[in-house]
Amino acid sequence: MQKRIVVVDYKMGNLQSVVNAFQRLGCEARISDSKTDVLAADALVLPGVGAFGAAMQNLRNQGLIGALDQRVRRDKVPFLGICLGMQLIVEDSTESGHHEGLGWLPGHVRRLQPGDGLRVPHVGWNSVEIRRREPLFADLDDGQDFYFVHSFHVEIGETYVSGTTSYGGTTVTSMQHDNIFATQFHPEKSQINGLKLLRNFVRVVGQEQPQVARC
Amino acid sequence: MLKQRLISCLVLQDSTLVQSFEFQRFLPVGKARIAVEFMANWDIDEIIILDITATSEGRKPDPAVIMATAKNCFVPLTVGGGISSIDDVERTIRAGADKISMNSAALADPNLITEIARRFGNQCVIAAMDVKNGQSGHQVMAARGKTATGKHPVEWARECEERGAGEILLQSIDRDGSRSGYDLELIRAVSRAVRIPVIAFGGVGTMRHFFEGLEAGAAAVAAANIFQHVEHSTIVAKSFLKSAGANIRLSTLAKYTTFAFDEMGRVLKKEDTELEDIWLEKFRSENI
Repeated sequence: MQKRIVVVDYKMGNLQSVVNAFQRLGCEARISDSKTDVLAADALVLPGVGAFGAAMQNLRNQGLIGALDQRVRRDKVPFLGICLGMQLIVEDSTESGHHEGLGWLPGHVRRLQPGDGLRVPHVGWNSVEIRRREPLFADLDDGQDFYFVHSFHVEIGETYVSGTTSYGGTTVTSMQHDNIFATQFHPEKSQINGLKLLRNFVRVVGQEQPQVARC
Repeated sequence: MLKQRLISCLVLQDSTLVQSFEFQRFLPVGKARIAVEFMANWDIDEIIILDITATSEGRKPDPAVIMATAKNCFVPLTVGGGISSIDDVERTIRAGADKISMNSAALADPNLITEIARRFGNQCVIAAMDVKNGQSGHQVMAARGKTATGKHPVEWARECEERGAGEILLQSIDRDGSRSGYDLELIRAVSRAVRIPVIAFGGVGTMRHFFEGLEAGAAAVAAANIFQHVEHSTIVAKSFLKSAGANIRLSTLAKYTTFAFDEMGRVLKKEDTELEDIWLEKFRSENI
């Protein structure tokens, strides 16, 4: 049976690539900004690139916060936050002021300060050290590259960390807790490694893949 | 560790993928969509699509073309050419681009960089500039090399950074299509002047040129023509970079060590005796 994977549209970032990636894996994912769709979703993906404050404002204005809280925290459907979407689910961010996040996980968003003459934003391919392999990193090896593009990062306790990367120090690049998953990197832009990770998410959702995607 | 990036620039003239020479002569190659797909599968780190006649013809990026191109592109895609407003950026991102590149519009109204960065994030905006090395040194040119701006690339790069650009796409007009290598002096100067990543572009003729660009301080090295007429070019480029010691991403099942290079980065002919030793290995197609 087709599971409803909803990619939340809150007007920030490239949503089409996320949909293209799911399509490549043989799954339908729908872009939607409606509360109703969020509440009826079997899985939710929150992508995003842009400013934290603006993102929270958009989610608020679109009346999506309640629906997301309901579906993810109470109904516990699988959730995947990507890039900004990973940052929004923690408590707060100091990007351009101080902004409250969704508060689902006890972490904070801070500006990247890698030192060593390293440039910000952190842009490009970097290798991820896997801290918790199942379920998202199944069939992936340590040290494989994923694509990053961000100037802020999440600081959070080890219990929630599933992957880290090295950029002037170790930084958290993926988190998981129950049904909540998040990656700082863009799996939809990380070629085969990213597609494998998304396939693993699809498995969590319980979606059967009608066609096998070959590379 | 963050890898150094190899980027393919697809130059479009009236929607046709072309090779460009000194911004003057153009040779048609074919459809961008096909180039994108094979490059993304063959180890390119990012793709930049530049529509070079958009601004002069008053055109905007075509969402339908971007959508078709982005559909099977699972590496970052930047679109440039004719972008001059928030709406343009919105439409381009919606269609599937991850970043936009702005050149003329930024020169005409630098404030636009700030507005776009504020709305979409700094990482979304690449400030592109075309630089000529003339009698009085380096100068940023507008209108595809026709108009002098009087700005030095270092000065302009700094301003773009201050205004919120996430990266600089630094193209040398003189070197475009020349195959004589990047303008290394230019790359060094701009890379030292800003803290945001600098993408070198214009002049690559051998694989060694890519390495020189990285050594000069570029965070990413880009080329257009070479990827259109050298066999397995992206793999060959990565093989050379690996052998030269660059810190790059290697992601395909290709054997990067099978190529031998001369010091310019040209692939050396294999000894005939090697043919006798060839084993055919079957690579099972990878099911994702």
